[in-house]
Amino acid sequence: MKIRINDHQLIQWIQGLITKFQVFYPLQDANSGVVHIQKATGSLNSDAILKPVSGVPKTSIKTFFMPQPEVIARFSIAAQDAEAFVLKEPGTALQTQVLLNIRPCDARSVALNSMPYAEDPYFQKMLKRTVIIGRPCDETCSTCFCELVGGSPHGTEGMDLVILKTEDGLALEVLTQKGADFLKQNPCAESAGLQPTPQQQGGQELPIVAREMQKKDLLALYNASFWPQIAEACINCGACTFLCPTCYCFDIQDEVAGTKGVRLRYWDSCMFPLFTLHASGHNPRGQKVQRVRNRFMHKFKYFPDRFGPVSCVGCGRCVKDCPVNIDIREVISLMQAV
Amino acid sequence: MFDQKNPYLPYSVIIDDIVVETEDKSLKTFKLVIEDEGIRQNWNHTPGQFAMLSVPGKGEAAIGIASSPTEKGYLLFTVSRIGSLTTALHQLPKGARIGVRGPLGNGFPVNSEFKGKNIVVIAGGYAFTTLRATIVYLLAHRQDYGKITLIYGARTPGMLLYRNELKDWEQSGLVECHITVDREAPGWNGIVGFVPAVTERVAPAPENSVAVVCGPPIMIKFTMPALEKTGWKDEQIYLSLENRMKCGLGVCGHCNVGPVYVCKDGPVFTRARVKGLPVEF
Amino acid sequence: MTVKHAELTQEIQRQAKELLASGEVAAFLGFSAGSLPMTTRPFVARTPQEAERLVWNSFCTVNLANYLPALLKSLEPPRSPKDPPPTGPLPKVGVLATGCWSRNIVVQIQENQVDRSRLVILGVPSRGMVDRKKVLAALQGKEVLEAQEDDHSLRLKGKWGETELSRWAVVRDNCQSCRHPNPVLFDRLLDAASERQAQAPFSQIEAIEAMSSDERWQWFQQAFASCIRCYACRNACPLCYCSTCFVDDNRPQWVGKALNAPDVLTFHILRAFHCAGRCTDCGACESVCPMGIKVRLLTQKLSKDILTLFGAEAGMDVSVPPPFTTYAPSDQNPFECDTCSSKGKKE
Repeated sequence: MKIRINDHQLIQWIQGLITKFQVFYPLQDANSGVVHIQKATGSLNSDAILKPVSGVPKTSIKTFFMPQPEVIARFSIAAQDAEAFVLKEPGTALQTQVLLNIRPCDARSVALNSMPYAEDPYFQKMLKRTVIIGRPCDETCSTCFCELVGGSPHGTEGMDLVILKTEDGLALEVLTQKGADFLKQNPCAESAGLQPTPQQQGGQELPIVAREMQKKDLLALYNASFWPQIAEACINCGACTFLCPTCYCFDIQDEVAGTKGVRLRYWDSCMFPLFTLHASGHNPRGQKVQRVRNRFMHKFKYFPDRFGPVSCVGCGRCVKDCPVNIDIREVISLMQAV
Repeated sequence: MFDQKNPYLPYSVIIDDIVVETEDKSLKTFKLVIEDEGIRQNWNHTPGQFAMLSVPGKGEAAIGIASSPTEKGYLLFTVSRIGSLTTALHQLPKGARIGVRGPLGNGFPVNSEFKGKNIVVIAGGYAFTTLRATIVYLLAHRQDYGKITLIYGARTPGMLLYRNELKDWEQSGLVECHITVDREAPGWNGIVGFVPAVTERVAPAPENSVAVVCGPPIMIKFTMPALEKTGWKDEQIYLSLENRMKCGLGVCGHCNVGPVYVCKDGPVFTRARVKGLPVEF
Repeated sequence: MTVKHAELTQEIQRQAKELLASGEVAAFLGFSAGSLPMTTRPFVARTPQEAERLVWNSFCTVNLANYLPALLKSLEPPRSPKDPPPTGPLPKVGVLATGCWSRNIVVQIQENQVDRSRLVILGVPSRGMVDRKKVLAALQGKEVLEAQEDDHSLRLKGKWGETELSRWAVVRDNCQSCRHPNPVLFDRLLDAASERQAQAPFSQIEAIEAMSSDERWQWFQQAFASCIRCYACRNACPLCYCSTCFVDDNRPQWVGKALNAPDVLTFHILRAFHCAGRCTDCGACESVCPMGIKVRLLTQKLSKDILTLFGAEAGMDVSVPPPFTTYAPSDQNPFECDTCSSKGKKE
């Protein structure tokens, strides 16, 4: 369900949210021209609310669901402590956070990441505390390819609420129960009693690329001859994986200061040799080409085989910022041709 | 997945006993007792499963469970001192508190595919640990299985694990044991030779049988043709894979072998399944 | 494309083809066109046909020397670690080298990472490479859909229309402050030597040095705050070839792995120190940084110190040992106490 709202109502609503919650939104840096997702402080410029910046933010919103780093447990190593070496929940109180003017690709990444993280208590807590207010893309970049991987510049998957442009102004649409509850507590204009728009039942149809990849023989893709050429220029950094909204791998490590310890999880990258290094020194993906292949195979074969869709939203961040211009769109077409 | 609200939080356990297993002292068996009585009593696992051992401040490592679920009240883990976590673990005294997160993974199908079959256990080096769990379990349910054959090799007699139990099994006649060491050694009257060669010589017929094979990659590589020669099919051979793991829950991405996660879909796979996967283990 | 760069592209293709066709080299390392405007891809041509894909333009920002050790190794016959090193001549690699890249090759030769006799170096005097991030900033973030370069200007087209920028205005900082655009080591030189030489090569560093200690600390924290620890800076660097980097080592664990400021800053400062006396200011670290961090300011500061203290510049001459691998009685000794002249400790 949606209601019509005017500019003034939207601005008032958002300004009200900023006083109550942590609100994050994309903003363009005047010096560098780069768009970053920033925390709203004070009142926002009305343009920042009404005219969301075009262009993909440099980093994705995954950091709001998988903080870098995230404390997953606390413990004491003080010998006299009766509960020394017992790991406990961090017990951090999590307040509602609002992500405003989020692009369809980024919102969709949250829905995709929810699949492997379906039973992950930390991710689920973050999901629960976060309200995503999306915004369709009026302008795509040359590096965007959301439609190829099953998204759309007007898609709403992963959003709780969406601000739409209509012929005669703006509209606010409720997409999830979480969005409806949020709006009940934080009404905007005549939003009282708005219910979520019924979503398509039985899941959306998989994009062609996912169905194609599911049908392909695993080892035929794995042993395809093009991997060494793709990997040749790769410097095996983690820029693609860390900027990618749907790369979700993590590592776990303990850090101790004095007698207090925390168990942290933080982003990891399958591009790094350490990712798979056994304590014995054996490394099943010791070569660069194996790691490069794993990243693409995971996104376009392993993930669809397991969950259905491909693990890519087509935001184009990796295309833009790969230091050596490895273009994932070319890799997809090579894989499709196998 | 194990029954706990937060699968990332280990159970607190106390090191109840430590046995140095091998002459080079690189392998120790830790007997762990879960502190919470309810959890201790309700603990159950399948032979072949593993757990994340946690030394708070140092981290976690995936270690196969060496005890059988029929051994109640404690858990055994035989740990090779090889990385940072296992080195820290080896330095701990009796009575120290650590953590156990598990059981994780699938384990051997001892209650389904294995039932009523002859079981051939082939092990090399310290990969024997979860196979000890398996044999103890089979012996506790002896009537459910056919003949049990063990082929187990280590570099030297002093590197063999669970030597007292090996002797018991052999003497009881409940397990046909072929224990071998790589080279002649003083005081050793048993078989000498590598596991693949011994397997080829003594492997029973494959009819109505399954084989479980655990060991270093090189041993597995040469044991497979030995089994093939005696008519074994890939579907009858069970392997336990190892990869670097972090979460143990199929999320963190570290242990994947192609589309499968060793921690969640494995570590036990039939050889037929492994053949359909990339060689990334 | 610029007239100059168009000519160079043709010449590079011609010479690479010839080297590959004659069998003098087994592979030729250069750049091919990227899939986006203002990008190139490091590219290995293995046949004369493939050499037709080689390009040369203002966007060749990745340091090719970085690829040499692995590429050379890949051309050796396979052997296990226990086998003796191969004897007899091994396949050669042709490679493009500007001033800084050639100096990196010198450093690699000095550090036994590459074998000079297996390289055919085509020297290219550098006109300076363009910083894509500067272009983006100049266009206030507007997306470039087409870029054409002339010798002294860039014509950029997008949905907004067309803009012309002075090429030099958007050339990378390290190229603007470059004192050695000409290759110092080469087999063939593809163009007349450049005469440009920066007058104040360390002006960016001097500005930071002029700050108070507190201001510098503020600057340092802020400048590196957006780091995502992707290690592109490290991995693009031909000096970073340790088989296990100190940040990856876990016994002992030198640095924490998450995005905590002390760990991030430790990584950057230690990485820079590892490059002291070896860095040629090629700017690859800064060019590849997805977050636009000016990482090279740290290494450039060390280059300035090395020049001041030891009068040395990395990779200028194969026969001159790097400053930190040698000792001279005349070396500056800041540990010497000024007042009592006792060495190593202060009264």
